[in-house]
Amino acid sequence: MSEKEVKNLEAIFDARIARDEKIEPKDWMPEKYRQTHIRQISQHAHSEIVGMLPEGNWITRAPSLKRKVALLAKIQDEAGHGLYLYSACETLGVSREELYEQLHSGKAKYSSIFNYPTLTWADMGAIGWLVDGAAIINQVPLCSTSFGPYARAMVRVCKEESFHQRQGFQIMMTLAEGTPEQKEMAQDALNRWWWPALMMLGPLDAESVHTEQSMKWKLKRKSNDDLRQQFVDQTVPQAKMIGLTIPDPDLKWNEEKQSYDFGEMNWDEFWQVVKGHGPCNKERISARVNAWEKGKWVRDAAMAYAEKQANKEVKQAI
Amino acid sequence: MKNWPLWEVFIRSKNGLEHRHCGSLHASDATMALENARDVYTRRMEGVSIWVVPSAQITASNPDDSAELFDPAKDKAYRHPTFYELPDELKHM
Amino acid sequence: MNNNLIQYIYGIADNSLILGQRLGELCGHGPSLETDIAMTNISLDLFGQVRSYFQYAAKLIGGDATEDTIAFLRKEREYKNVLLVEQPNQDFAYSIARQFLFDVYHLLVLEELQNSKDETLSAIAKKSIKEVSYHTRFSSDWIRRLGDGTEESHNRIQTAINDLWIFTDELFHQTDADKAMVTEGIGVDVTLLKSNYFKKVNEILEEATLQIPTIEYFQKGGKQGIHSEHMGYLLAQMQYMQLAYPNMNW
Repeated sequence: MSEKEVKNLEAIFDARIARDEKIEPKDWMPEKYRQTHIRQISQHAHSEIVGMLPEGNWITRAPSLKRKVALLAKIQDEAGHGLYLYSACETLGVSREELYEQLHSGKAKYSSIFNYPTLTWADMGAIGWLVDGAAIINQVPLCSTSFGPYARAMVRVCKEESFHQRQGFQIMMTLAEGTPEQKEMAQDALNRWWWPALMMLGPLDAESVHTEQSMKWKLKRKSNDDLRQQFVDQTVPQAKMIGLTIPDPDLKWNEEKQSYDFGEMNWDEFWQVVKGHGPCNKERISARVNAWEKGKWVRDAAMAYAEKQANKEVKQAI
Repeated sequence: MKNWPLWEVFIRSKNGLEHRHCGSLHASDATMALENARDVYTRRMEGVSIWVVPSAQITASNPDDSAELFDPAKDKAYRHPTFYELPDELKHM
Repeated sequence: MNNNLIQYIYGIADNSLILGQRLGELCGHGPSLETDIAMTNISLDLFGQVRSYFQYAAKLIGGDATEDTIAFLRKEREYKNVLLVEQPNQDFAYSIARQFLFDVYHLLVLEELQNSKDETLSAIAKKSIKEVSYHTRFSSDWIRRLGDGTEESHNRIQTAINDLWIFTDELFHQTDADKAMVTEGIGVDVTLLKSNYFKKVNEILEEATLQIPTIEYFQKGGKQGIHSEHMGYLLAQMQYMQLAYPNMNW
């Protein structure tokens, strides 16, 4: 194909997306579209399965049976969401094993927030409330993204996730209404998770590299700064409602813009964690690598068994 | 050793409705694919019946052929009831 | 208060509680995402059963008792689960072997318990049978896959079956509470399940090309609250919050 022909195809392609048409896996697409999607969808999938680990840390210690089943079901959903997203990615011609390989080797990224430790039960509340809250803000617009399999996976994810944030907020609310010790536990969790949750919505617009192209492909519908503002505006009243204090001395209502002003994030810390030097980066990756490597003989056994059974059936047929 | 192949999952949400494609998963054989589909895709009472098909067994039309496959139907308006203009007084037709 | 009935409920429900807890440890660490999700489903089924049993026991006990005080605030000796279910997740083969050896038993017990004169227990059993039938199918399928898979998987699952076999005899022991409940038509006479159990287990093991262990010496104690050394650590985690922060709502 000549350069001119490609340009022509790209123009048609961009026009289709602008008309809100969906792109399906076998359709022609610019190589950059394919690569960007593999990167973003797999990063999203990795975030789901790495995200299982900090919460998984508390399954065996959940304080009541009701909380234990809710937490288990939530983490199980995250495995499901990872699975839907890996499947969407696979339609672009890359296997789940290749994607795992990228995660395990450190080549692929996942959401940095999961590199923070879960130290108390209240962290289960803070993660559900803040981390899932921030994730939802990011994810809902993706239900109408241009790539069909990604959009469909996100519809399913968003539908299932609707209980996650409520689950988290209810944990926080119960703690905040509990004994002084419990309330302190909740406040401490909010203090530790607030800033990482804000940073989870991505670098400042001024420093963000992919945004314009992603907007055009509907991989992104709002800028990071807009998403962050939306998150702050919706979360501050929720904190007030349960009597917890947002750990930001600069936070104040701005009457003119009808939203909150808030303080500076610690971007040095953000980039440190992104680059692999957060409190739990090594543990998270090694937990994933371990599960995969220790599972190899199991996966091999299942394949060997399947092949033996298939051979038996062929013999019987003869 | 080979990796677990990919399967496509179709679910009937209730009797009277058709099976619809709902996603895919990995499994070593058909039995496992069915069980995995049950565990992955029907956790919230989404289904009463499941089909699984090895993805490799699906033959798909090529989008490059879309024009010759699907466009010719566009000008056959006579296949649709609205093509036939009839007096308003006529009922039940 | 019918103490025998309460003890009887512990004897059944603690198996689901402790096994559910063991399965919970695996969440996020399975050999594939699909398998991870499947095993978490089993764990969720078991905890669901535990809640029904303990809500009933709490009503019988009265006072401040709740499903959680029963689940989290007993002393080790007061847990009446069999030794089998508290055995650790050494590898996937152990987790599957433990599941399989318990599932076959669990299903036989529930099939009888649904005829209990106690309506609550009968209702819980009826609901649980559907779940446990699926657990049995899942674990039996995996026994076949591992047994008749590769040489490595065959050896691993054979080792796991051999090691866990010593805990199978205890499944058919009766406590005094068990005997009293059988007399009243409430409990299941587990001694009558033994031959059927080994028939079913052996059938699957043979299909899986595995050797049926020939072991003469068995371990027992769980049903009397005398557990293995693993139990204390399991409880230390499970009870951590309730012990560190007593009398609070969560």
